[in-house]
Amino acid sequence: MTETTRKKGLSRRTLLKSTAGLAGLAAGSGAITGFPYVMSAEPKVLRYLGTAVNEGDDISKQCLKDTGIKIEYITATTDDVTKRVMTQPNSFDVLDTEYFSLKKIVPSGNILALDARKIKEFDNITPVFTKGETPGGKKIGGQGTAPWKVLYLEGKDSKKFATSATEFVTLIPTVYNADTLGIRPDIIKRPISSWAELLNPEFKGKASILNIPSIGIMDAAMVVEASGKYKYADKGNMTKEEIDLTMKVMTEAKKAGQFRAFWKDFNESVNLMASGETVIQSMWSPAVTKVRSMGIACTFQPLKEGYRSWASGFCVSKGVSGAKLEWAYEFVNWFLSGYAGAYLNRQGYYSAVLSTAKAHMEPYEWAYWMEGKAAEKDIKAPDGSLLEKAGAVRDGGSYEDRMGGVACWNAVMDENDYMVRKWNEFIAA
Amino acid sequence: MDTSEDILQQASPGLIPGSGTARAAKPTRLSPSFVSWLQAGPMMLVFLAFFLIPLVFVVIVSFWDYNEYQLLPAFSGRGYTDTFEGCIAQLPDLCTIAKTYLKTLKLCFLVWVITLFIGFWVAYFLAFHVKSKTWQMGLSLLCTIPFWTSNVIRMIAWIPLLGRNGLVNSGLVKTGLINHPVEWLLFSEFSVVLALVHLFTFFMVVPIFNSMVRIDKSLIEAAYDAGATGFQTLVNVIIPLAKPGIVIGSIFVITIVMGDFITIGVMGGQQIAAAGKIIETRVNALQFPAAAANAVILLVITFLIITMMSRIVDIKKEL
Repeated sequence: MTETTRKKGLSRRTLLKSTAGLAGLAAGSGAITGFPYVMSAEPKVLRYLGTAVNEGDDISKQCLKDTGIKIEYITATTDDVTKRVMTQPNSFDVLDTEYFSLKKIVPSGNILALDARKIKEFDNITPVFTKGETPGGKKIGGQGTAPWKVLYLEGKDSKKFATSATEFVTLIPTVYNADTLGIRPDIIKRPISSWAELLNPEFKGKASILNIPSIGIMDAAMVVEASGKYKYADKGNMTKEEIDLTMKVMTEAKKAGQFRAFWKDFNESVNLMASGETVIQSMWSPAVTKVRSMGIACTFQPLKEGYRSWASGFCVSKGVSGAKLEWAYEFVNWFLSGYAGAYLNRQGYYSAVLSTAKAHMEPYEWAYWMEGKAAEKDIKAPDGSLLEKAGAVRDGGSYEDRMGGVACWNAVMDENDYMVRKWNEFIAA
Repeated sequence: MDTSEDILQQASPGLIPGSGTARAAKPTRLSPSFVSWLQAGPMMLVFLAFFLIPLVFVVIVSFWDYNEYQLLPAFSGRGYTDTFEGCIAQLPDLCTIAKTYLKTLKLCFLVWVITLFIGFWVAYFLAFHVKSKTWQMGLSLLCTIPFWTSNVIRMIAWIPLLGRNGLVNSGLVKTGLINHPVEWLLFSEFSVVLALVHLFTFFMVVPIFNSMVRIDKSLIEAAYDAGATGFQTLVNVIIPLAKPGIVIGSIFVITIVMGDFITIGVMGGQQIAAAGKIIETRVNALQFPAAAANAVILLVITFLIITMMSRIVDIKKEL
């Protein structure tokens, strides 16, 4: 879950953008009723609500070039995206959101499931989403809201998740990643191999965890389980007692001064780490890259208990129909056709259709990002800035190793309400 | 104050001058009370539409029930009972909500005392020691500098100063005053209070300055002639006459700090709870009734503080 809060500071600009988009749309539709001949020139515009992860200007420009569809981004944090779907379902066309939020969104009836038969590459979508295993056949941990549990609906207007494949897909997969702890190897100076290290008194006053309850609780659960204090039946769906226990462990650590700060914003996490205020903390892959690009050693440390994963995808608002729905399908098909996938892969995320992304990447890039091999040449970000020098190896290695090592997924629990209250207590403790 | 504004003030006391509706009216005489309503009308409508009606909604929603994805418009006290969960069972230990409010009040009190002290003297300097109007304006504008940056930038800017490897710590270590960097400079109550004072002293300066420049200089001369010392003049003449400014500034600072969650979150390293923070978390979890209930509680407490303050000074009368 994701690099979503990083755009928080831009909310006003985003608001302006989105209102401008609405105004533009209103003006456009007005013109159509007045002058029917304008219809043929009607611009293909889709309002795209999502977090910052998938929203590159390069992607929207390329999309306009390839398909003639103009994408208007409405950027919000993960929580705000969900809020908007609930409260203003007509304010967007295409929704880009995370699988765990489906437990809230689907029952609200505000989104339209897409038809798998209209997605050209649907059969080529990585089995991570459809079967819960890597292309190499490794079984992936399914605790929490794993995508394959909520990928299909029973029928077109159903609010129930289907247990086997149907043609009604809640979210067409786009991007996902495996998250772990970020560390400062230059300060820690010894190998770190377990989530339990987050609460190691050695790092007293130098640890951090992220303060977004539904992600933070999963990191906390990984820590509790790694330290041998408790084994959860399902970390992603705790009982009240399990929530109490998890928060008790975390509260004791907090009171003992283990944490330097909690972070909520992408840039906060970068600065905590870069300034040396923290040396071990929950982190997101591009944040680690950013610290490293500042010339400061930072490792996205693989841990023996595995990764916490997240995934997101596309659906459309229930208000979308007719030509607009066709554009939405066209856009989703374009998104999976390679350019966007390669773009995301180069940022350290993973694309849902690997074959098309591969076709849009240089072999040396593919080898570095996906196969865990040492970089033959300098590795550059999509904007051309240098990420890694030749010879570097990606933390955690190959796609198979990283996704195959996933232990749990970001989750909305049945006891979510209780969990949020307990999280507040933890912050107040 | 020029004469036309004086007339407006008499027509409807307490109204913000400048609407000018009355003067635009036809030469036919309107009843004074109608004119007053007309003048107060636009502000009242704005107030009604953007403050009172939303507030009523907040109170109503705070008594609704909710589930994962929607509000259930059935009467329920769940927002409140959840908020006070464990408050009786945990006695004599304080429950989360009590602890949170105590912490918020404590921060609020500290910020209030410090901003009042600094704000008073800055305003005093501007009003009595800076003679030129231009300099007074220029220097007041300087006080707005802290508002020029975003919150995240501001937090990032404090790290090199107060952080473990920051300027202050390395300076102290070098001078030999301390052996190891001190940690309480950042992500602590100290840094929260520092940042809030840094931000909100301005809200104290402006109203106090405004009160002070309106003090008739001859009163101060009279005090001097009557043999009052500088301190006696301050206590018996300036402070009483600056009271409305002090109270208005205090209301600004207290209401802002009571509801703040961004600065407290950022400067407290998200580890310090505040009343506003609880509301934010609840809203983000789509638990709107619980958030509304907390908003109502916060509102009641803040309102009590404001009421106490306005007991001390009748602002309407003083203006």
